[in-house]
Amino acid sequence: MTAQPKVRLRNLYKIFGPIDKTVLEHVKAGMSKDDLLAQHNHVLGLQDINVDMQAGEITVVMGLSGSGKSTLIRHLNRLIEPTAGEILVDGEDVMALSKDGLRGIRQNKMSMVFQKFALLPHRTVQQNTAMPLLVRGEDPAACEAEAVKWLERVGLAGYENHYPAQLSGGMQQRVGIARALTANTDIMLMDEAFSALDPLIRTDMQDLLLELQKELHKTIIFITHDLDEALKLADHLVILKDGAVVQQGEPQGILLNPNDPYIEDFVSDINRARVLRVKSVMGPLDDTTQYAGDVDVGDSLEKLISISGGETGQAYRVLDGETPVGQLDMRDLVKALVPRVSSSKAED
Amino acid sequence: MAFYDGVFKTLGLEDWCGEAASNAPLSMADLLAKAGGEKAEAAGPIFPFPSLDHLNKSCDSVIQTRDLTKGIEDGFLAAKPALKSVLDPLTQPLSWMLDGALYLFNVVPWFIMIPLLVAISWYASRSKGVTIFVAFSICLLAFIDHYDVAMQTLSIIFVCTGISVLLGVPIGIAMSRSDSLQRATVPVLDLLQTLPTFVYLIPLIFLFSVTESKLYGIAIILYAIVPVIRLTDLGIRLVDRDVIEAANAFGMSSRQKLIGVQLPLALPNIMAGINQTIMMSLAMVVIASLVSAPGLGVNVLRGIRNLELGVGIVAGVGIVLLAVILDRVSKAALSRVDMTRVGH
Ligand SMILES: Nc1ncnc2c1ncn2[C@@H]1O[C@H](COP(=O)(O)OP(=O)(O)O)[C@@H](O)[C@H]1O
Ligand SMILES: [Mg+2]
Repeated sequence: MTAQPKVRLRNLYKIFGPIDKTVLEHVKAGMSKDDLLAQHNHVLGLQDINVDMQAGEITVVMGLSGSGKSTLIRHLNRLIEPTAGEILVDGEDVMALSKDGLRGIRQNKMSMVFQKFALLPHRTVQQNTAMPLLVRGEDPAACEAEAVKWLERVGLAGYENHYPAQLSGGMQQRVGIARALTANTDIMLMDEAFSALDPLIRTDMQDLLLELQKELHKTIIFITHDLDEALKLADHLVILKDGAVVQQGEPQGILLNPNDPYIEDFVSDINRARVLRVKSVMGPLDDTTQYAGDVDVGDSLEKLISISGGETGQAYRVLDGETPVGQLDMRDLVKALVPRVSSSKAED
Repeated sequence: MAFYDGVFKTLGLEDWCGEAASNAPLSMADLLAKAGGEKAEAAGPIFPFPSLDHLNKSCDSVIQTRDLTKGIEDGFLAAKPALKSVLDPLTQPLSWMLDGALYLFNVVPWFIMIPLLVAISWYASRSKGVTIFVAFSICLLAFIDHYDVAMQTLSIIFVCTGISVLLGVPIGIAMSRSDSLQRATVPVLDLLQTLPTFVYLIPLIFLFSVTESKLYGIAIILYAIVPVIRLTDLGIRLVDRDVIEAANAFGMSSRQKLIGVQLPLALPNIMAGINQTIMMSLAMVVIASLVSAPGLGVNVLRGIRNLELGVGIVAGVGIVLLAVILDRVSKAALSRVDMTRVGH
């Protein structure tokens, strides 16, 4: 859709070990992660990753622990060096950068939010938030003003002079987010940013992120092992398994058409009514149908069920704003609520 | 007549041993034997260990142990001019600093010096108890006429600790950055710490004259620098990896990282190292009185040499007082930096 993806990963491989370039041949020839470890004592981190991340979108990378998510996100700013492959940011080859050039894009193009917050314990909340600007050597007074502004934006006004250890986990991660926002970069990397938080606080933080995103339109790469979180945040969902991408695309599409048993497992115990949108299950308009009412493309199926009062014989007209774009038969809705695994089993 | 004659004969080494008149110097055992007359020889061991001295009795070509020690000594003497020409100018500033500090502590009158030291303790520790204890201890030392010697000891410790920190912290930083440098340095540090303190003094006495202050200065620094180096290295390596990763992710240069992250977070460990360095300087400055380091140690030495029990014990108590002062002040400073780190 857009002219050029903000970030592109091309045939990216990462193998941990001293002679990674040599054993790469085996991996390219199809050796599995377990065999590579047993026979060559090298750990397969990533294999043949091809992902395009569009500007202004949230790309969520999801997978079980150990699937290589952290490894993948650390390639974007080269905290980890790839074994082979290309990393392009705004069309620029990150691998070709000099040491200073790399520091430059880390300072100006990408900021990062960490699972364990990684705040400087000896600095106050405000100093932590201003850090990315101070690193660039900007005027301290301006840095301070910027830090105060973003701290207020994430709901931490009044905590400027506290130390991180004095704050709760949720508040520390707000500082982490304020720090990344202060850097004022197009790209934000978030490695399991909310995984260490309590469920309620996690929901708050997800809402905060979506709210900020509505306003700021950053390119966000978000890592998580939680499908609910992934579905809530993702514009583009990438599913990793043993260092390889098993499926990627629009999250609703993946939910409705998982192409791998691994993903079917993932999606089988999700609350589909809450996650699926009308847009994903509607059919084309046809004039003969009698509509029971109008619904919005963005409505969840859950909402529709409550509107219809559980009646399955009806159909609804789907509007995108004011224009009708399709119709939804309640029978299709009910079918969509059943995960494909069990439906295919039922057909057997 | 000697036990191992037969061995050399059967090995056919008689020629090599030579009949050259045994003009080798007498060994200690020989001397004793001579002094003790015939009886001593008869009382010799029946089956002696084939040591150099015993073999020498049967074969003159085998060297005696005293030749070995003499060889080492000659080697040292031969290397001395070269070593000296390098080390002398390098270490000369140490002599100046030590002499300067001794002079300074000596000329500043007590009514300025004591308040100054008390003020420093307050500034470093911010603890009333510690500061009062320091004031009390120094006044007590002055009251029993040990003010001058105590100040001499203190000035030497200040200079040596200062130089140890100045050299030790950068070495520790370098070690923390390079695993191979760390591997190379650790054995040296182990050696410096395990070598009995007296052994340090031997080569130093050869190299420098006993009248030069740098002689004891070097001995103290070599001994006391070890903990600063070790704990700087350790402290930097122990800094949370996540925090370092964040610093990298936001594009800090290694200089920004060192000054803004690693050193501040390693500071409690570095301070602990400095505390140990101070205590070890104090221990060494007492021993260094053997090689003319002035201060309380001289009085201890007098106590030992002349059996002046009272002099020795009073000086000893003075050293303990100094040790407690230095320890308390540096520990209080340490806990202060630890506090700011956690953010109370
Ligand atoms: N520095 C490393 N050396 C060796 N293996 C590593 C290293 N870092 C990660 N790995 C391995 O790479 C795989 C992916 O790790 P990671 O990216 O941390 O997974 P995730 O973030 O998805 O939990 C794991 O098998 C892990 O053991
Ligand atoms: Mg991870």
